[in-house]
Amino acid sequence: MEIVLSLGIGVFAASGVWLLLRPRTFQVALGLSLLAYAVNLFIFAMGRLKVGAPPVLESGTDASGIADPVPQALVLTALVISFALTALFLVVLLAARGVTGSDHVDGQEPGQETGQGKPSQREPGR
Amino acid sequence: MSAWSDHLLVLPIVLPIAASGIMLLLDERRSGLKAAISLATATALLVTALALAWRMTDTPEVYRLGNWAAPYGIVLVADRLSAMMLMLTGVLGLAALVFAVARWDRAGPRFHALFLLLLMGVNGAFLTGDLFNLFVFFEVMLAASYGLVLHGSGEARIRAGLAYIAVNLIASLFFLVGVSLVYGTMGTLNMADLARRLSETGGGAGLFEAGCAVLGIAFLIKCSAWPLGFWLPPTYAAASPPAAAVLAILSKVGVYVVVRLSLLLFGAGASEGFGQGWLFAAGLATIAYGTLGILGARDLMRAAAYAVMISSGTVLAALGTGNRAALSGALFYLVSSTLAAGALFLLGEILQRGRDPAAASLAVFADEYRDPFDDEGATETGRAIPAAVAIVGGAFLFCALMLAGLPPLAGFVGKLAMFSGLAAGAMPPAAWAFILVLTLSSLGTLMPLVRLGTLGFWVPHDDSDPVIGPLEFAALAGLLGACLVLTLWAGAALAYTDRTVAGLSNAAGYIGAVLGRGTP
Repeated sequence: MEIVLSLGIGVFAASGVWLLLRPRTFQVALGLSLLAYAVNLFIFAMGRLKVGAPPVLESGTDASGIADPVPQALVLTALVISFALTALFLVVLLAARGVTGSDHVDGQEPGQETGQGKPSQREPGR
Repeated sequence: MSAWSDHLLVLPIVLPIAASGIMLLLDERRSGLKAAISLATATALLVTALALAWRMTDTPEVYRLGNWAAPYGIVLVADRLSAMMLMLTGVLGLAALVFAVARWDRAGPRFHALFLLLLMGVNGAFLTGDLFNLFVFFEVMLAASYGLVLHGSGEARIRAGLAYIAVNLIASLFFLVGVSLVYGTMGTLNMADLARRLSETGGGAGLFEAGCAVLGIAFLIKCSAWPLGFWLPPTYAAASPPAAAVLAILSKVGVYVVVRLSLLLFGAGASEGFGQGWLFAAGLATIAYGTLGILGARDLMRAAAYAVMISSGTVLAALGTGNRAALSGALFYLVSSTLAAGALFLLGEILQRGRDPAAASLAVFADEYRDPFDDEGATETGRAIPAAVAIVGGAFLFCALMLAGLPPLAGFVGKLAMFSGLAAGAMPPAAWAFILVLTLSSLGTLMPLVRLGTLGFWVPHDDSDPVIGPLEFAALAGLLGACLVLTLWAGAALAYTDRTVAGLSNAAGYIGAVLGRGTP
């Protein structure tokens, strides 16, 4: 089980980092999600892996016989936060796509003239 | 736990989130009511912070949420450092809010709700005594800051906001990895309990130190240390000025956590001085990078953003020298430079508006919440107050002297305190390097600010002079007045930071206050 979980975390993290370094904003958003999955699994693993153990301590049971409930609570919080912020990122991504007309992370295609926006359109406004 | 004053400690968190919730119930058109509630809340926060600082003793105050005892429940802990940062947040928050009420709060929806949420997150991060709770407050603060960076919309803000959100999401993931490594190795996330277990086990395992290093990376990204801080200048320069002024405190939250955890966990014991060399190097590099950036800055907003970086770097480097007197001076410098940087953001807006009024009003009011019947432009700033050029020029000079650290203002006092603290002991090469870099950075800050001032005030322009409304003048006067108070009562303020550092270095006192003496 340890091997499967560590392989899973590793694959998630590696794919996430790779996607994060891609030039399109949607790939960055997917990369952030995958990285968040990897980190959530990692937090879970920090509570030590146990099968079939209840996360509740009853009187009389040995503390080693239960699953650690704290990382599970942490995962729940982290999950909600990363989910919400990824949604927010998607909204900003769409706004950036709409405003700049490009889904490149720099807001302009590589090859285009550098600088903010389109200089030719800015001139008449000034 | 029954007296009203016992609950003062939770007020900086409960008050803004309650007010922020009320904001959501109010319609966007009732901007007057919203502004009144916001201003009342921010004033109450400042008063609370002052009261907390006033009654602060050598023992940290502890507030047990839900009355659960410390290692199991979550506690709020206030010591002198927390109280100092709460005061700084209170002053900066109130000033930025007053400035925003003049007209910026109408540039987009839900400004007040986001602003109060940001204050709640910042206050919570300063007060909490639990690492995971710190993460939650960090996220509250960051989520609100994403909204504030995008406030007012526009292409520049959306482009900067996209990068800002991506970088901070990654930093949050680092934070989570660090927190879970610390939990996995030490079995607790309460800061005091961590310090106690660390001293009992006689030093951290390698994995624990690795976890702390990962946590450190997360905090260094937040306080924009070189090479992790390239996100800060474009974001702060693009954000709307009142938002940028209050965002100046955001990078200081990272600095605060680094200072607190370094001194609490690594002040003594087997892991003593862990990461100190890295902090010193990162701090010096941040000062150098910030100075180069400010030298190349072509407008005031960007210059102020780099000034924020320099101030973070100074505290990190002073912490890295391991000299307590220098750290005390650095904390004083942190307060004064943050106030001055905030004022510079506001000044930058006033100057840019004066130069290009048409573009500014277009950027501010181009959104769907604009009242179509409201005649814009004529009543933009309300009644303008006279002698605007003299006021803005004087305020600019004041900020420049504060940030460059020249006499006679508080920036100079802070730098002098750091230098004299270093000079009191033996002078290792690192201390010389610190003094050299800091002196050069003073010069490197002064030159571009003088150049920008000359261009802004002395070069004749064919367009109108800067206009400043009464509320905006009040905000500026508040920030600069706070700097002036720091300058005039610098002795008392330095004595306070001295006691702050002494309290921070006394880990046993912190542990005793939080966990209670005698408990296992």
